[in-house]
Amino acid sequence: MFEIVEKSEVFNVHKIVVKAPGIARAVRAGQFVIIMGAEYSERIPVTVSDWDAAAGTIVLYVLEVGISTLELARMKVGDSLFAVTGPLGVPSEIKNYGTVVLGGGCYGIGGIYPIAKACKEAGNKVISIIEARYKDMFYNEKALMEVSDKLLYATSDGSKGTKGKVEDVVYEMLEQGQKIDQAFFMGCTQMLERCSEATRSNSIPTKVALNSIMLDGTGMCGACRVSVGGQIKFACVDGPEFDGHEVDWNELHSRKAAYAEQETGVYQSYSHECMAEKKFKQELERG
Amino acid sequence: MGLTAKERMAIERNRMGEQPPDLRNRNFEEVPYGYTPEEAVNEAKRCLNCKKRTCVSGCPVEVPIPEFIALIAEEKFVEAARVIKTKNVLPAVCGRVCPQETQCEGQCIRGKKDNTQAVAIGNLERFVADYERENNLIELSEVPKKNGFKVAVIGSGPSGLTVAGDLIKLGYEVTIYEAFHRGGGVLVYGIPEFRLPKRIVESEIKALENLGVTIHYNSVIGRLYKIDELFKGLGFDAVYIGVGAGLPIFLDIPGMNLNGVFSANEYLTRSNLMKSYLFPKYQTPMIIGKKVAVLGGGNVAMDSARTAIRLGAEKTTIVYRRSMEQMPARAAEVHHAKEEKIEFRLLSNPVEIYGNKDGWVTGMKCQNYQLGEPDESGRQRPVPVEDSFFEFDCDQVLVSIGGQANPLITKTTPDIKINKWGYIVTDDWGRTSRQFVYSGGDIVTGAATVISAMGAGRRAAKAIHEDLMKESNETTGDNGK
Ligand SMILES: Cc1cc2nc3c(=O)[nH]c(=O)nc-3n(C[C@H](O)[C@H](O)[C@H](O)COP(=O)(O)OP(=O)(O)OC[C@H]3O[C@@H](n4cnc5c(N)ncnc54)[C@H](O)[C@@H]3O)c2cc1C
Ligand SMILES: Cc1cc2nc3c(=O)[nH]c(=O)nc-3n(C[C@H](O)[C@H](O)[C@H](O)COP(=O)(O)OP(=O)(O)OC[C@H]3O[C@@H](n4cnc5c(N)ncnc54)[C@H](O)[C@@H]3O)c2cc1C
Ligand code: SF4
Ligand code: FES
Repeated sequence: MFEIVEKSEVFNVHKIVVKAPGIARAVRAGQFVIIMGAEYSERIPVTVSDWDAAAGTIVLYVLEVGISTLELARMKVGDSLFAVTGPLGVPSEIKNYGTVVLGGGCYGIGGIYPIAKACKEAGNKVISIIEARYKDMFYNEKALMEVSDKLLYATSDGSKGTKGKVEDVVYEMLEQGQKIDQAFFMGCTQMLERCSEATRSNSIPTKVALNSIMLDGTGMCGACRVSVGGQIKFACVDGPEFDGHEVDWNELHSRKAAYAEQETGVYQSYSHECMAEKKFKQELERG
Repeated sequence: MGLTAKERMAIERNRMGEQPPDLRNRNFEEVPYGYTPEEAVNEAKRCLNCKKRTCVSGCPVEVPIPEFIALIAEEKFVEAARVIKTKNVLPAVCGRVCPQETQCEGQCIRGKKDNTQAVAIGNLERFVADYERENNLIELSEVPKKNGFKVAVIGSGPSGLTVAGDLIKLGYEVTIYEAFHRGGGVLVYGIPEFRLPKRIVESEIKALENLGVTIHYNSVIGRLYKIDELFKGLGFDAVYIGVGAGLPIFLDIPGMNLNGVFSANEYLTRSNLMKSYLFPKYQTPMIIGKKVAVLGGGNVAMDSARTAIRLGAEKTTIVYRRSMEQMPARAAEVHHAKEEKIEFRLLSNPVEIYGNKDGWVTGMKCQNYQLGEPDESGRQRPVPVEDSFFEFDCDQVLVSIGGQANPLITKTTPDIKINKWGYIVTDDWGRTSRQFVYSGGDIVTGAATVISAMGAGRRAAKAIHEDLMKESNETTGDNGK
């Protein structure tokens, strides 16, 4: 069960293709799975970034940030994951909005692909924006290009596309008078918050795929609770997508850091430094 | 046996040996050691074998109590276990977790004057079930010829396991779908190891698998398959829903989302199912509170408090709106909790949880309560005392004030009737509003007990059998000839 059939890496982002026929048949854009590498592992949520119902496989992009993702990164083709549960969460609402902007950072570069694809099939004009520190850190671009009318880049060092982040591209688009009917964002919490700020003044309907800490993923524990519009919501069953203009970001940031002490205890010091960047630096040093 | 009633009456109730409180509050090993065979026989001799079997009428599934006790007195332990199993398939579990003081033992003649002197029916039940399992004497039921019908059971809690066990023995092909990566429901994710060792639940599940029950873990019905797909795509003839009432309730007061506030479900699932008490060998992290407040007065609250103490809390306090007498927890658990130096702050309830700038709990503001008029259930209603507040020092808050129905299945299957609280509506036999869909356990009754969930499973299995046999006779036209 849950055998890894394909695996590759682009700068700390590990593409893992897993045999999970039931999920491959049922999953829709915007849903996720909860996986355990081994019997002793933590249950961690990962977005389903693509699937092949006929082959019975799903595609996950796992960013190595801590002990669980590190162990997943070390697994090999032919190994099996101990548990893969899903599909979980409410699928993205797909309809003909008009012009849709999708922004993805880190694992979200892979994660926005099925949403882009479904939006395209529903007749939208799809503009995808992806961000990374450096141009070589992008992945899955070709597939994303195929389902987007436009694919825009943002890099911190300006090596490709706009120098900056996804929200900088959004600001540029708005300045140029680009009409946006719906925005979706997926990536780290800071990015989601900044992108939501970017669309707020123009009141662009904005969905963000939240990544609060989860345990069961079925609404049973409340670990994943977030405040949206002043109400408690469970990200695993009411989300993961919520209105980005209504999310209590400060609360989410602090809840996400709840286990920082224990996490770093088992891994190493991972604070706010991006692991992809760290690894990139190491590779540069090595030459 | 030759004892007179008077001689029987003269025997004092046998207490089970147990780990001393200041040892056990630092480990997760089971608290009571269980009876020795001598103690069990001696306890069994206390039973008067009454004509009017009040104990049996106190038992929700009517275990033939005096009969199995008589066998213990004759040292026929395995036979005793089998007598229990005609009515209760999980005696090792029920002997440990049933609220005997309000059920069988509460009705025992010997406890009429002094309720501490009722025959220790629960301890005896546990003893024979353990004896049978530990000596590998569990009888393998014969697997009957398959009758060609397929039944899907959703959820592997006590009610789902009972349905599966009953139906496999009647010749059905049975498949359990369980959301978690391990089976047993609350028995594995809620009730802690020190009260119910997980190997007991594992061996029950293994026994079902040996009989041919298939269990698909990691399978959330409603998401992976909808009920319709179980019938159409997967060809099941009937579906049983035993998903429990696992949706936590939080208080509607400021501070509920601070770090350090947990639902009891989350706290216990981390510790039990994910074994975070063995962190970092098991990788699920846990926040260890120093001063822990547990809100609520049921079994869930006692389990949370006793887990907190074992994880290393310096001080753990149960904060409860009502009084000691009104606590719904099993008497034995309250007693154990007190022995383990868990404190009780009764007739009080928080109105706000305070936090620091990083979002961590720093204390609570509580209000004093008093008991008022009795409510519909006859319990005196707790009413807040006006302008009577106090500060409570704590860094962790475990919320154990009850659960709700999880809407995952009913939302995706709108033709199953639910009541205004979201629980599934059934007849006395577990039939839902949709043909060939049955349900029982906490998702029908709301949070209840292991034994009532099992009783519901047993009744539903009967109904499933009856309905499918009727259907099969009608379609083949032989009308049962
Ligand atoms: C709906 C959802 C979809 C996600 N999709 C992806 C994805 O496609 N690819 C990907 O790489 N990551 C994804 N994540 C994030 C991923 O789950 C975390 O990065 C992972 O749990 C980190 O585990 P760790 O042990 O390696 O790191 P840790 O050292 O344990 O933690 C590092 C960070 O991950 C967060 N985290 C830790 N445990 C959990 C948990 N149980 N649930 C959620 N977050 C946690 C912490 O807040 C912390 O900031 C998703 C999260 C959610 C909620
Ligand atoms: C901490 C705690 C302590 C308790 N102590 C006692 C006690 O001492 N004595 C006593 O008699 N009772 C006790 N109870 C109550 C008792 O455990 C429950 O009443 C009983 O377990 C209910 O059984 P059930 O089969 O209805 O559901 P559960 O035991 O809740 O099992 C339901 C199962 O269904 C699974 N599930 C849920 N949704 C889905 C889905 N969509 N698809 C697939 N699977 C799903 C769940 O993962 C779970 O495994 C306690 C409860 C708790 C929480
Ligand atoms: S009521 Fe008590 S004494 Fe009488 S038969 Fe039952 S267990 Fe024995
Ligand atoms: S992860 Fe437990 S309720 Fe969402």
